[in-house]
Amino acid sequence: MRIAVLSGKGGTGKTLVSVNLAVVAKKSIYIDCDVEEPNGHLFFKPMVTEEKEISMQIPKVDEAICNGCRKCVDFCKFNALAYIKGKIIVFDDVCHSCGGCMILCPQKAISGRNKSIGKIRAGSSDGVVIYTGILNTGEASGVPIIKELLSGIESEHNKTIFIDCPPGSACIVMESIKDADYCILVAEPTLFGVHNLNMVYELVKLFNKPFGAVLNKCLEGENPAEKFCIEKDIRILGKIPFDRQLGTLNSNAKIAVKENKKYEEQFSTLLDAIIKEAPYETATNT
Amino acid sequence: MRIAIPSDEKNIDSSICVSFGRTPYFLIYDTDTKIREFIDNSTAASSGGAGIKAAQILVDEKTDALITPRCGENAADVLKSADIKIYKSISSSIKDNIDAFVSGKLCLLDEIHPGFHGHRK
Ligand code: SF4
Ligand code: SF4
Repeated sequence: MRIAVLSGKGGTGKTLVSVNLAVVAKKSIYIDCDVEEPNGHLFFKPMVTEEKEISMQIPKVDEAICNGCRKCVDFCKFNALAYIKGKIIVFDDVCHSCGGCMILCPQKAISGRNKSIGKIRAGSSDGVVIYTGILNTGEASGVPIIKELLSGIESEHNKTIFIDCPPGSACIVMESIKDADYCILVAEPTLFGVHNLNMVYELVKLFNKPFGAVLNKCLEGENPAEKFCIEKDIRILGKIPFDRQLGTLNSNAKIAVKENKKYEEQFSTLLDAIIKEAPYETATNT
Repeated sequence: MRIAIPSDEKNIDSSICVSFGRTPYFLIYDTDTKIREFIDNSTAASSGGAGIKAAQILVDEKTDALITPRCGENAADVLKSADIKIYKSISSSIKDNIDAFVSGKLCLLDEIHPGFHGHRK
């Protein structure tokens, strides 16, 4: 079963929830898809067993063949190409590697060249298998890394897979939840938190995924995020009370459920709630 | 000499647009013939690389200089390779900037800021 953990913005406790759930689930796989800022590995401190370079195909123009028709420039919807003084200039950091210009060029003047955009690391720590995606800074899109991260782990579906998604609801998040069987939305109990929750709520609805919410940093009294969930009929899987000790453990990159029985119980209860909610059958369609 | 200025409206009294890549129009002013025309920036709504495309438009319009409050790195690369000089605007008034340019009072823009790429933002 694949469980994706999402939030509208960073810092809501998305990694806290996914890391601790992965640990209490025992035989599990944790995949860090927050490729711009992967920090799950800081908690697990895994032994890295494998590293793989991820590259994309960037166009390379043969100036001797190019006749300056500019079809490629007009075609590229990312505006990664410019035609200056009789030459095509390629902007690597804007190119999304769609490959369109290479197919389109009537002169067949454009070929591909590999350019590294990041890497994937695999490792393990106490029975949890950890995959981390790392996007090089300045790269336009981490989607190819996510694709690579999420393919290939199909074979181990007796394990529960936790996908720590990038924050927000952009295409990179869509790629991360595409094949998930269940989605967990992590939210903070503030008005701003509601706004962020709504973003991911709209997304999982769009993808027709079963989902539930985890409310983090809960205090006594009014909780706008909870109100929102009740209004929208969103299942609340659990509430994590605001807790200074938990905050400290987390900021010291300690895994709370390993440090204190209290948290172990908390997250085990949460996991049970999720398992009960989530469909048993692995989704076959993608 | 043909100079380009990103403008908020098709009007010489309008102000300079703060975003070079996303400006709705460019004023193209010919300092020799004193002819001015406004052209649409067709890239104002495009998804990424707007600065590159906007710079391409200025290259195709055969401009010699651009007056702008700021300019992204990629756009600046395009303009530089086409030998288009980038000057920093001194105020928001288009007229004042043209006057300042003609009397040689504008400085080259050297504080090029890195563009904002990626999908999160
Ligand atoms: S489409 Fe091909 S021939 Fe035309 S400008 Fe681009 S590279 Fe040159
Ligand atoms: S591969 Fe796609 S994104 Fe990259 S330059 Fe060609 S058309 Fe543009």
